[in-house]
Amino acid sequence: MQKTNTRLVNFGFQIAAVILALGFTTIVLVMAGAPPLEAYKNILLGSFGTLKKFTDVLVAWVPLVLVTTGLLVTFTAGLWNIGIEGQITLGAIFTTGMMRLLQDTGLPPTIILILSILAGMVGGALWASLVGALKTYGGVNEIFGGLGMNFVATALTIYLIFGPWKRPGVGSMSGTEPFQESLWLPMFSGFRLSIWAILIAIIALVIIYFLLQGTYFGLRLKAVGKNMRSSFTLGIPTGRYMMSAFLICGALGGLAGAIQVSGVYHRLIPAISSGYGYLGLLLAMLINYRAIWVIPVALFFAALNIGSIQLPIVLKLDSSLSGVLQGALVLSVIIVDGFRQRWLKKS
Amino acid sequence: MTTEAILLGLAGVLAAAAPVIFATIGETFSERSGVINLSVNGSILLSAMTGFAVAVKTDNILLGCLAGMLVGALVAAIVAFTSITLKQSQVAVGFVLALMCRDLAYFLGNPYMGLSGPRVPALSIPVLSQIPIIGPIFFRHDILTYLSFILIIIAWAWIFKTRPGLMLQGVGERPAAAFVRGARVERIRYFYTILGGALVGLAGPAYSLSIKAGWKGTISGLDGIGWIALALTIFGGWNPIRAAFGAYLFALLQWLGLVLQPSLPGIPSQVLQVAPFPLMILTLLLVNIGNTEWVERVLASLPDSTRKLVARVIRSLRATPPASLGVPFEQE
Repeated sequence: MQKTNTRLVNFGFQIAAVILALGFTTIVLVMAGAPPLEAYKNILLGSFGTLKKFTDVLVAWVPLVLVTTGLLVTFTAGLWNIGIEGQITLGAIFTTGMMRLLQDTGLPPTIILILSILAGMVGGALWASLVGALKTYGGVNEIFGGLGMNFVATALTIYLIFGPWKRPGVGSMSGTEPFQESLWLPMFSGFRLSIWAILIAIIALVIIYFLLQGTYFGLRLKAVGKNMRSSFTLGIPTGRYMMSAFLICGALGGLAGAIQVSGVYHRLIPAISSGYGYLGLLLAMLINYRAIWVIPVALFFAALNIGSIQLPIVLKLDSSLSGVLQGALVLSVIIVDGFRQRWLKKS
Repeated sequence: MTTEAILLGLAGVLAAAAPVIFATIGETFSERSGVINLSVNGSILLSAMTGFAVAVKTDNILLGCLAGMLVGALVAAIVAFTSITLKQSQVAVGFVLALMCRDLAYFLGNPYMGLSGPRVPALSIPVLSQIPIIGPIFFRHDILTYLSFILIIIAWAWIFKTRPGLMLQGVGERPAAAFVRGARVERIRYFYTILGGALVGLAGPAYSLSIKAGWKGTISGLDGIGWIALALTIFGGWNPIRAAFGAYLFALLQWLGLVLQPSLPGIPSQVLQVAPFPLMILTLLLVNIGNTEWVERVLASLPDSTRKLVARVIRSLRATPPASLGVPFEQE
């Protein structure tokens, strides 16, 4: 009886958080002089209105799941891997590089694709290892190290697109020359969506779930995240565990970048990471780092992103509304959780 | 390059550093009291947009600046409330606000994109501005830049030379001891976090009404400055003068990047624009590496004379944060 009561109360607090976030976003819409209901309806229609739009949501869902899955590992180790954005980008760069290297060698396309995606994972892990080394051996907080590396990664992309990898003639913001169709991840005909991408995302999530929940490694990683000093005293090589967390997360971020190149854009574009890294951080906070919630909540976030794309066209509103709503949700959950804890303490 | 151009460039460096100084000193106050306000990047964007919008609507620059400060103070108040009263993670709240305020700025600022608006007028100081070399560099700015000069001195004197400043240091270092001595820890933290937020909020209008006048949405070129300001707070070792030195160094390097651009034709401009960020990592590495355990081990193995020299260099660079930074205060 007592248990169901707390459950009910917790559920009540969660509903309150959602109402708070929607209320805030509605006020923002009114301030912008926009009809709130019309805006929400447009987001809904823009994400689930047609089959084409729904597949676009799934296209965004894949990198979001991969990134959030990786971040579960670093969060478990008590690390804020804000550098994930750059790790996605480096994954995309390494994949593009490997494809360019192998595309004229006559190797079977499947082999080229597999090698390129693996290269992407290596690229992401490499970028993450820099942030990890700065943190572990240089004392540089991973938030600043990561952010700095994100900006460097973006500059590197732009340098490659306008420099060594520029299109025949003159480089442009539209990216590098697209790859031939045999080097695309196999897709459903008529859509950008690849069944392989979805499978890869789900498999990655399952593997990480078991790694964190069912292995000795996961248990020790949790100990490092909860209390680094005592873990170190108990003989856990904390530095090595933190580096492993960075490497795993970076590899998954790199994988997301690899799929953006091989399965979505088929070339390298300047904004290849599309902000999925930062969004993944918000998502991981929102679900309180519980792996089972990644799939549905990532779908919701992806729907908001895709649905808001048509806001500028239909209502002359900026598409950043989705970011406002996503941020408001996380903030409300944090605030409401604070109130819940105070309330629990009192009663 | 003529002497005239160099003088003008250096004056530009001082002006460009003003908003960074507002933000960095604001954050220094907040962190000195024990609260990390990670929202700075979003806060600057939102206050820049709001300050510009209010100044356009009312045609009043002062109101624009005040609106920006109000926005910064409000955002900081959310950080203060969630972390001090509700005891939630400061990093989480700050990070969410950094992203959300940025999106809010882009969303609400949409109708003001590219509008022309008022601009803080230049104010040459009579007599002083006529002094050769010094005059053109220091005394031909607008009021916000002069304000940044004054703020450096006031903030430093406040923290290190006054009783409330000592109290502030105590609250950040050993809140329990400060509490025993009669400091109302939570109230002081609220005060300095909100005050710091208001200063961060002044950085916004200092851009949108002066240095980079106008609002241009995602291409305003303001995204990222808040993170630099946070790094400079660490680089400054939570000391306003050292932090201001960092801000000037940062502005100087940015100017040099612009000046050197024509002589490096192979490099796209976007690449030089990110040069501050690796530099930020490098400076953080310099001030933090002295705190790591392996450096001490290596130092111990060096011959005596070298060790003393290296240790002195490292110590002079090192910055240690206030001991209870980010730790909530639990009253027994």
